[in-house]
Amino acid sequence: MERNPMRRQLAIMRQSLFDQGYLDEQFIQLEELQDDANPNFVEEVVILYYRDSARIILNLEQALERKPFDFNKLDGLMHQFKGSSSSIGAKKVKAECTLFREYCKSGNGEGCTRAFQQLKREYATLKRKLEAYFQLARQAGPAETACCRKE
Amino acid sequence: MTVERAISEPKDQFPIGMRVLAVDDDPTCLLLLETLLRRCQYNVTTTSQAITALKLLRENKNKFDLVISDVHMPDMDGFKLLEHVGLEMDLPVIMLSANGDTKLVMKGITHGACDYLLKPVRIEELQNIWQHVVRRKKFDRKDGDNSGSQDKPHIDNGGAAGMGGVDQNGKLNKKRKDQNEDEDEEHDENGHDNEDPSTQKKPRVVWSVELHRKFVAAVNQLGIDTEAVPKKILELMNVEKLTRENVASHLQKYRLYLKRISCVANQQANMAAALGSADSNYLRMGPLNGLGTFHTLAGSDQLHNAALRSFPPSGVLGRLNTPAGLGMRGLPSPGMIQLGHVQNSGNTSNDQSKLQSFVIPGNHNANTLQGMPMSLELDQLQNNKGVSHIGELPTAANTTVFPVSGSLMDARISGCSNNPLLGVTSNSLMLEGSSQQTTLHPSNLRDSVSTMGFQNGNTLSDFTSIATASNQLQCSKADLQCQASPTSCNAGQIIRSAPPEWNAPYHSNVMCCSINSSIPVNGAMVPLGQCLDQNNPNFHRNMDLDSIAPSNFVDPISLKRSEGFNSAMEPAVIQKEGYFQPRPQGGYNVGSLEDLASAMMKEGPDTRKLADGDFGCNGYSHRTCI
Repeated sequence: MERNPMRRQLAIMRQSLFDQGYLDEQFIQLEELQDDANPNFVEEVVILYYRDSARIILNLEQALERKPFDFNKLDGLMHQFKGSSSSIGAKKVKAECTLFREYCKSGNGEGCTRAFQQLKREYATLKRKLEAYFQLARQAGPAETACCRKE
Repeated sequence: MTVERAISEPKDQFPIGMRVLAVDDDPTCLLLLETLLRRCQYNVTTTSQAITALKLLRENKNKFDLVISDVHMPDMDGFKLLEHVGLEMDLPVIMLSANGDTKLVMKGITHGACDYLLKPVRIEELQNIWQHVVRRKKFDRKDGDNSGSQDKPHIDNGGAAGMGGVDQNGKLNKKRKDQNEDEDEEHDENGHDNEDPSTQKKPRVVWSVELHRKFVAAVNQLGIDTEAVPKKILELMNVEKLTRENVASHLQKYRLYLKRISCVANQQANMAAALGSADSNYLRMGPLNGLGTFHTLAGSDQLHNAALRSFPPSGVLGRLNTPAGLGMRGLPSPGMIQLGHVQNSGNTSNDQSKLQSFVIPGNHNANTLQGMPMSLELDQLQNNKGVSHIGELPTAANTTVFPVSGSLMDARISGCSNNPLLGVTSNSLMLEGSSQQTTLHPSNLRDSVSTMGFQNGNTLSDFTSIATASNQLQCSKADLQCQASPTSCNAGQIIRSAPPEWNAPYHSNVMCCSINSSIPVNGAMVPLGQCLDQNNPNFHRNMDLDSIAPSNFVDPISLKRSEGFNSAMEPAVIQKEGYFQPRPQGGYNVGSLEDLASAMMKEGPDTRKLADGDFGCNGYSHRTCI
């Protein structure tokens, strides 16, 4: 009973993440991999993603402080970030990564800097939303959560 | 039941429990990959470092069936890892990357990846990756003449559903009623690692020179066209642990080889004529993409380009047969040296020296060399083992060639690990009799080859070195090294670039052999040149050589796998006509010998098949250079 509203809320939240383009089908893949044997898989992966991303973002910031820009290095870092973002289905973040890489390829330092700022914003937004989502999921209870997801 | 199941449906069982090694520096992706793989019921090991991965793989070659690796890694480039694995372990490798650029994918293929997946990886894609393992095994099987049936039961690895090792063993027994090999059983018991179909590393029968000789003797006794049936041959040979299947497939190859030889003979006649002016042909380098490099190498080394040229690949072959000694001897490892290294003129330690110059470009052909200077080198080549035999071969040009080369190859190939180069050194004799050649030798090549797990390749390298006829080779070697393929320089290099290369050279050498030394190793070299192009052995495909030396050349990779058998065969094959289908990879045929090689090589449709396979080598069939 209590959970119903929570579950419903969770479902709505989840759906909006997809609708607003924060997440894509890859996230669903993650969800599908979650099972009884691996009940918190999705969250685990996402937490791992945060940790790794934090490191990459730091590296990127450092690299962007050095002028002139080492586009190869920047591109390499961003490639990495893009890879992990796409693995969890972080759609908007991934798009920003792509944009950033385009700027790198064309040697557009200004564009890179701008794209990076945008990227950080998107990343922060996603992180916030996902954290809220998982928190609600925990409150709603594992079973519920599963149900919600399945729908 | 399980037993039944295992036997009858190995495939069903097999993918389950397949042992995968996943390598990715990105922890998120690695975790995801691991989970996906486990979901597919594979047995997964993960590591975030390529170096660790290599260590794990080297520890026990039979521990894994498949490797999946990211392309971009901080400690080692994914392609490099790919090369290492391909060379040393001959396992199928799948590349993974978020970047799907055609260029990158192509790079993956040329480096030998059997597949290239894009991130994020989906489970559907992973559910099918086991095909690469099976395919590879199948190919191996083909080369190795080992019955693959044994493999199937092996499914084991942990995952095997319900199949215990025992079951498998049981099955094996059943399966193998005909087979004498007990190995499978043993393997199963030992833990399917070896035998599992997944690894398919059944001990392959290595057709050493002696073995081959016995085979030929038996066949001749029975009559090649009439009574020579595998069963009888097997009886006559009376070799333990040899199965009818082994003999059957070997016989098939042999037949093809003979056919090829006869074709080649015709061509050779033409070539001989052309020889004089064949420089261009021989050198082919032009056409050969790879060869082009060779040219340079040759030039640099001083390859006797001219010399090489003189050996028109086809001509070479023809000759081989004729001058009894020549044939074999002269064959400068077709693959290898042909190019000019053959220096022939003087190099060969043997009188053949000329032939020797053919010295098959280091590539595995080192064996080929064997064929050539058989007398000489054989001893030297011995190091591989087969070498000694070579001496014997020269006589029978056709047939002998076969064995000889084979032996050489065997020696080499199998010996690859130890130092195929050794063979090379001896080859050097061949090359020009100059000790210098040895310089090329394998040791040098080896270095270049270093990455290659070249075991097989080593031999080749030896050859290549030899081929280069000593001095030049040396020079070239250096060059080669860079390229691994730039066989042009050193026969050794050839090896480097890709073991497969040597296949080609080998072939060419064979052809060259006939040329009496005048024939520049060009032929052999040619392949190298091709190889040069690509640093990866696999790459050589582009070489014209491919055409020349049909698949025969054992892919370096395959070489490794086959336990030298293939590789050995390759060279020998060349002589024989590509008797053995060295895995497609090897196909490195020397361009010059192209004609010959092609004639000879043709035999390897099998190799070609492999080509598609799994490994990137596929393209090799010709390409010795790989």
